[in-house]
Amino acid sequence: MIEVKDIVKTFGENEVLRGITADFKAGKNNLIIGSSGSGKTTLLKCIVGLHEPTSGEVFYDKENFTTMHFEGRVPVRKQIGMLFQNSALFDSMTVEENIMFPLNLFTDMAKSEKLDRANFCLKRVNLEGKNKLYPAELSGGMKKRVGIARAISMQPKYLFVDEPNSGLDPKTAILIDDLIAEITEDFKTTTVVVTHDMNSVMGIGDHIIFLHEGQKWWEGSNHQIAHTDNKELNSFVFASKFMQAAREKL
Amino acid sequence: MLRLSFRKPEKFSVYWTEIMREMVSIGIGSLGIVAIISLFIGAVATIQTAFQLISSFIPKTVVGNITRDSTILEFSPTITSLVLAGRVGSSIASQIGTMRVTEQIDALEIMGVNAPGYLISPKVISGVTMIPLLVIISVCLGLGGGYLACAASRDVSTADYIAGLTEGFNPVIATVCAVKAIVFGFIITSICAYQGFYTSGGALEVGQAATRGVVYSCVMILFADLIISRLLL
Repeated sequence: MIEVKDIVKTFGENEVLRGITADFKAGKNNLIIGSSGSGKTTLLKCIVGLHEPTSGEVFYDKENFTTMHFEGRVPVRKQIGMLFQNSALFDSMTVEENIMFPLNLFTDMAKSEKLDRANFCLKRVNLEGKNKLYPAELSGGMKKRVGIARAISMQPKYLFVDEPNSGLDPKTAILIDDLIAEITEDFKTTTVVVTHDMNSVMGIGDHIIFLHEGQKWWEGSNHQIAHTDNKELNSFVFASKFMQAAREKL
Repeated sequence: MLRLSFRKPEKFSVYWTEIMREMVSIGIGSLGIVAIISLFIGAVATIQTAFQLISSFIPKTVVGNITRDSTILEFSPTITSLVLAGRVGSSIASQIGTMRVTEQIDALEIMGVNAPGYLISPKVISGVTMIPLLVIISVCLGLGGGYLACAASRDVSTADYIAGLTEGFNPVIATVCAVKAIVFGFIITSICAYQGFYTSGGALEVGQAATRGVVYSCVMILFADLIISRLLL
């Protein structure tokens, strides 16, 4: 389980996160949702240590991650897999090399074992046989899937996903959502997804945290979200005409 | 940043592969431009020295002598390094800068990789080893260019030129050349890597970082050139 306690993050005069406290449940899809500029990605970066919070603490299974120095964080980071918004694949490496990169650095596996692991990960994301392609030769959806394959190569305990559906067509977006949900279930990972896509919210949102102006505004599940009377959340969830029509039929 | 860059590697074999890749990129990749520049600089230096010094009172071997010293002391290390600042430095800054703005460096950090160590130390190590080798090649080709210029003109015979190259050689100039090449290699790779690593924004900022890296490197090379010459000669 991941716990964040009273996280504040400021950039100069701009206070982006204003004291967020939340738990991210083990083996579940935890979604951080909110409109643009609400602080979703900043919170995610504070949790994984890409931003140092101005104040507050982050705990991974009761271990205080915030106070750890670089070397102390390495064992925790080896248990983290992350899919970035733009996939962040290494341009100079093939798909196979991207997936094997953390294995090369942090394991003593034989080359054949690493290759087997890479093939397993590629099969898991339905990209068998794409080993030798470079990121520039992949579509947006394929890049996301390779990003997921790389994220799960070290069999992570915690999976972080930043805007998995940005720039994808609805069909591919649903495929990516399903893949994330399957991986969470199969590997029992604590998955944290940052999104503002309502399809993701309704499809895989086991546990949802809604941010508004840098604060936690609402917390619940995808079954509860449609029936809340929270004004800000309602204006976010039912912003589209499609969702407004769906609500009228409820 | 440099302190972080030279932390103990996570796995030496992976870093070694990176060093080899960078050595090929910096060394072999720059060989063509260094060869062309060196040949022309050597030839021009010989022609201009001959033009200024040929008279019945000055032995013709002086041309080879001056060409040798100026090539080893200044032309090869400094001009080669200024050219390499453009070729190698801009490549390093834009490569690392692009990795920064496309979150590839964040991806390394999330994995627990010491990103400055993995990205910067192989480049700095390759720079301080390959740039001196390129400078040695540049010296040889520069002197060869001078020989070709003598062969093509009738101002100085090739025999006089060779005699000038070999007589009165002071080994200190080779030491100064080596020191300059190592220092310039370090300046180019570290400044450009720094500019790339701390890029933020998008494509425009990557371009600006590359430009800044090249400009700062060139200025620092000239400054270091002055300091080294003053201290060692």
